[in-house]
Amino acid sequence: MSNAVLENRPAVPEEIPTFTATLIIRRFDPEVDEEPHWQDFDVVMSGTDRVLDALHKIKWEQDGSLTFRRSCAHGVCGSDAMRINGRNRLACKTLLKDLDLSKPIYVEAIKGLPLEKDLIVNMDPFFESYREVQPFLVASSKPEKERLQSPVERARFDDTTKCILCAACTSSCPVFWTDGQYFGPAAIVNAHRFIFDSRDEGAQTRLDILNDKEGVWRCRTTFNCTEACPRGIQVTQAIAEVKAAVLRGRP
Amino acid sequence: MSVAIETPRSPRPVRRQRRFNFEKWGWIYMRASGVVLVVLIFGHLFVNLVAGQGVKAIDFGFVGGKLSQPFWQIWDTLLLWLALIHGANGMRTIVNDYASNRLVRRIFKGALIASTVLLLLLGTLVIYTFNPCPAGSPADLLPSFCAAP
Repeated sequence: MSNAVLENRPAVPEEIPTFTATLIIRRFDPEVDEEPHWQDFDVVMSGTDRVLDALHKIKWEQDGSLTFRRSCAHGVCGSDAMRINGRNRLACKTLLKDLDLSKPIYVEAIKGLPLEKDLIVNMDPFFESYREVQPFLVASSKPEKERLQSPVERARFDDTTKCILCAACTSSCPVFWTDGQYFGPAAIVNAHRFIFDSRDEGAQTRLDILNDKEGVWRCRTTFNCTEACPRGIQVTQAIAEVKAAVLRGRP
Repeated sequence: MSVAIETPRSPRPVRRQRRFNFEKWGWIYMRASGVVLVVLIFGHLFVNLVAGQGVKAIDFGFVGGKLSQPFWQIWDTLLLWLALIHGANGMRTIVNDYASNRLVRRIFKGALIASTVLLLLLGTLVIYTFNPCPAGSPADLLPSFCAAP
C-alpha cells in the first residue's frame, strides 16, 4: 500500500527535443525597399512548435521589424495565411516537424494581392468580391419565429460553412494571380453557402452575379484551392456545384 | 405592438445577363466537344494506326482513299471543326489569363480567330474537293494507282 503513492507519481515530463530551423522570409518594407528580398533566420525550436511560433521567436528575439498578421493563433480567425514552401498554409496550423527541416523553410506573403509589408497583403480586393456575392441570409419572412430546416437541408451546404476567409484558396488560384477581377474561390464558396441554404431566397441573384465573365466560368478546375484550404473545404467541388446550379438556373 | 422594418438592407440591383452568355456557352462547348472528340480521335487513331496493316498502310493512297468515302469525309469534318474550335477556345482563355495589356490581348485574339477561320475553311475545302488524280496533270506527278489518261 505504501508504494501506491510512488507508483502513481506523475512521470517526469520528457525533455522535448529541440532543433535549429532555418526560415527564409521574403521581406519588404515599402519605406526603404524598392523590391522585396529574402532574408534568413536561424531559430531553435522544438517538435511541438508551429511556423507561427518560429515567426514569433524571430519577431520577439531577433528582428522586431518582422511584420505579419495573426490574431487567434489557433486556426480559426484566418489572419495568418501565408505561402510556406510554396504552398498556401496557415502559419498557426503548420507544424515545423511536418516540414523538411534539412532544408530551409521559405515563407512569403500570399500571392495575387497587393503586398503591403513583409507578410502582409492588402485584403481589400478579396473582401470586395466576397461582399459582392451577398454573403448573408436573404429572406422575406419576418424573423418572428425560427426558420426551420431539416438536418438533410442543413447538410447540403455544411462544407462551405467552414470558411474562415483566410484567402488561402483565392490567393492560390492561378486565374486570380493574373486576373484580379475574378471573384475567386472564397467568394464562390460563400455564395455556395447561401445558394444551397433552404431558408435563403437570394439564390437567383447570386447565380446571376456568378454567371458573369469574371464568375464561375473562369474556374479551370486546377484544384489549387482545395489543396490550400486549411479547413479542408472541397472548394473545387463547391465551385462545380455552383456551375451546375447556374446551368440549371436554380439551386 | 410590433415594429415592421421593411427590407433593412436592399441588395444592390443586379444587371441581368445578356441573352447569350459567351463564357457560359464557351464552357459548355468545351465539355460537350471534349466528349465527342474522345470518340472521334481514338476512332481516327485506331483506323489509321492499328486496324488492318497498321501504321505501314498510311501513304498518299490511303489518305486519298479515306477522303473519297462520305463516312470519313463527315468524320474528318467533325474532327476538324470540333478540335480546332476547342483548341482556339482554350487559347482564348489562356490569352484572357495572361495577356494583361488590352491592345496585346486584342491582337492575340484577332490573330487567333483569323487563323482558326482560315484553317477551318482550308481544311473543309480539302476534305470535300480532294482529288488524288486531277485530270490533265503530268503523269510523272501523279501517284502510281491513277489510271493512265
